[in-house]
Amino acid sequence: MAESCSMLGGQALEVRWHGRGGQGAKTAALLFGESALDTGMYIQAFPEYGPERMGAPVAAFNRLSDKPIRSHAGVKNPRVVVVLDASLIEPARVTEGLVEDGILLVNSNVEPAELRKRLSLPPGIKLYVVDASKIAMETVGKNVPNTPMLGALVKVTGILDFEPMMVAIKHKLAEKFRGGKEKFVEPNLVSIRRAYEEVRC
Amino acid sequence: MILAKTGNEALAYAMKQINPDVVAAYPITPSTEIVQIFAQYVSDGKVDSEFVAVESEHSAMAACIGSAASGCRTMTATASQGLMLMHEMLFIAGGLRLPIVMPIASRSVSSPLNIHGDHSDSLASRDSGWLQFFCETVQEGYDTLIQCVKIAERTSLPAICAVDGFILSHCMERIETFEDKPVREFIGKYKPNWNLLDIKKPILVGPATMQDYFFEFKRSQIEGMNKALPIIEEVQAEFKQKFGRGYGVIEEYRCEDAEAVVLLMGSACGTMREAVDEMRNQGKKVGMVKLRVFRPLPHQVLAESLAKFKTVAVMDRADTVNAWGGALFTEISSVLYDSPTRPKMLSYVYGLGGKEFSLADAAAVLEQAHAGKKEDLVTYIGVR
Amino acid sequence: MAKLKSWKELPCGAIIDDPTAVLENKTGAWRSQRPCWNAEKCIHCLNCWIFCPDAAVIVKDGKVVGINYDYCKGCGICAEVCPTKVQAITMEEERK
Repeated sequence: MAESCSMLGGQALEVRWHGRGGQGAKTAALLFGESALDTGMYIQAFPEYGPERMGAPVAAFNRLSDKPIRSHAGVKNPRVVVVLDASLIEPARVTEGLVEDGILLVNSNVEPAELRKRLSLPPGIKLYVVDASKIAMETVGKNVPNTPMLGALVKVTGILDFEPMMVAIKHKLAEKFRGGKEKFVEPNLVSIRRAYEEVRC
Repeated sequence: MILAKTGNEALAYAMKQINPDVVAAYPITPSTEIVQIFAQYVSDGKVDSEFVAVESEHSAMAACIGSAASGCRTMTATASQGLMLMHEMLFIAGGLRLPIVMPIASRSVSSPLNIHGDHSDSLASRDSGWLQFFCETVQEGYDTLIQCVKIAERTSLPAICAVDGFILSHCMERIETFEDKPVREFIGKYKPNWNLLDIKKPILVGPATMQDYFFEFKRSQIEGMNKALPIIEEVQAEFKQKFGRGYGVIEEYRCEDAEAVVLLMGSACGTMREAVDEMRNQGKKVGMVKLRVFRPLPHQVLAESLAKFKTVAVMDRADTVNAWGGALFTEISSVLYDSPTRPKMLSYVYGLGGKEFSLADAAAVLEQAHAGKKEDLVTYIGVR
Repeated sequence: MAKLKSWKELPCGAIIDDPTAVLENKTGAWRSQRPCWNAEKCIHCLNCWIFCPDAAVIVKDGKVVGINYDYCKGCGICAEVCPTKVQAITMEEERK
């Protein structure tokens, strides 16, 4: 928690997730919120609802704080932006509102330096890249980048202790995959661990 | 237990703990999940409730009325067009004094079509004889729904427990839930005033009344609502004693020496608290009054509270289409008309169809309230 | 006519908790046609008793014994449901 407090600096950490309908941006935001709650934080997790079609750009949000969260306004200036699908970078204007020294975390197989150039990112923004789709294919066997991105997010923010978070996520996944789908729990956990280790800047 | 739950999940969880005899419901965004999750509790055998899947909201409320008239503890959930379709049935539940409890994920009303949060649906139902509670957080939604069961049964009035659609219904927050047992102890066993199916004590329900009796029955119903406030306060006190969390019918936030206050309901109160803190840091004497109980309107409580201030800005999340202010504004103005101090009243309408209400918007209202003036009679916040 | 009650005396929820109150309202005066029951033709199928909306068919020991004209509104349902061959109930002009 000491680390997380320094990250928060007395303010709520605000995260924005970008994905396409069906990629699990909302699920990831909820899972991230629940895991943070289990480590004793106050949380909010909420999706942005629009036309709910498979493939349409969607967003979801988190607020995390060590104090009760009172605001119910939208997240306009996130400290962290997570992009589940690199093809969204242009259409969804993923850096909009991102604070000057914020973090941009992208699921991509492009080298960070190359991606930074392509996006012409301001120097203050820290860019992190992880090939979450590849990890998901190799572990879960499906392109579900949302769970591995959780691991990468925890690494780059340092806001949660990794191992306790894994325990919390294991519990949540077991709930989610009940009734014959239990076999998906372990591969998802592996994917989170791999993304935690493989994310780079 | 500390849990992360969305508004809908928390309300459904409270319903599980309440374990009503009958739930008759039809799903509608953004309250669908309440019904969906509750139906799952039913099929998992976690509740003893009879779940009636009906073909419309009109039928849902009709079934609830039948169930409640038969002495069953009855609940449903809805929003927006669903509540509109229930409209005539709401009045029947109110007139028959049936303590049906209904969480609502408040949403705009078509047209144009919009699925997002505002108070148009609940406020359009304000004259139907239902108690109305507006909640600020997911936690408050959970707590209030449990209180509603007791309040409804003790007052013999149906109750709406409203959370803002999407803003709360779909927002996951940290909440502290209670064990099932203390919740069930708190609400107690339901003892209906009468039961249509009691063949040993036959009664006639829903009679036709003419000019000679209709008004008298209405007057008696009005009195039931008039007398509800002390009962609500009593249940709130019992809740605080048992569970440690307390709510008032209104809450004054940093109003001690305030000259100007903003009065509002629902989730935007939290954002307003942040704005009040910012203004207080700048040395401006402003505060917030949160109205939690809209029906019965706590007339006396509001009159006493608000008379202290120079300016009262009232924020409505629904419009009346040419009553020159929202329902809340006109009602609060009427509360203060006979006040010896007669504060200056400012009217704002905000957040229709889920329009963003930001910290900056909240601060701007406080600034104007602090200055005690603004240009337009009614200000529509953020409208281009 | 009984004295009208004040709102304070009314039961909560507009229920009528005294079911005998309905007896005060003698709806027989509404009748323009009167059902005539023929004891000899009647086979006591009790159709009339089942269908009468005002419980105005008097039955004793499982047999029809007559019609309560204090409450019969003369709707004719009893005559309608009386088996065609039997015609134990027929409607006639009400003469006052």
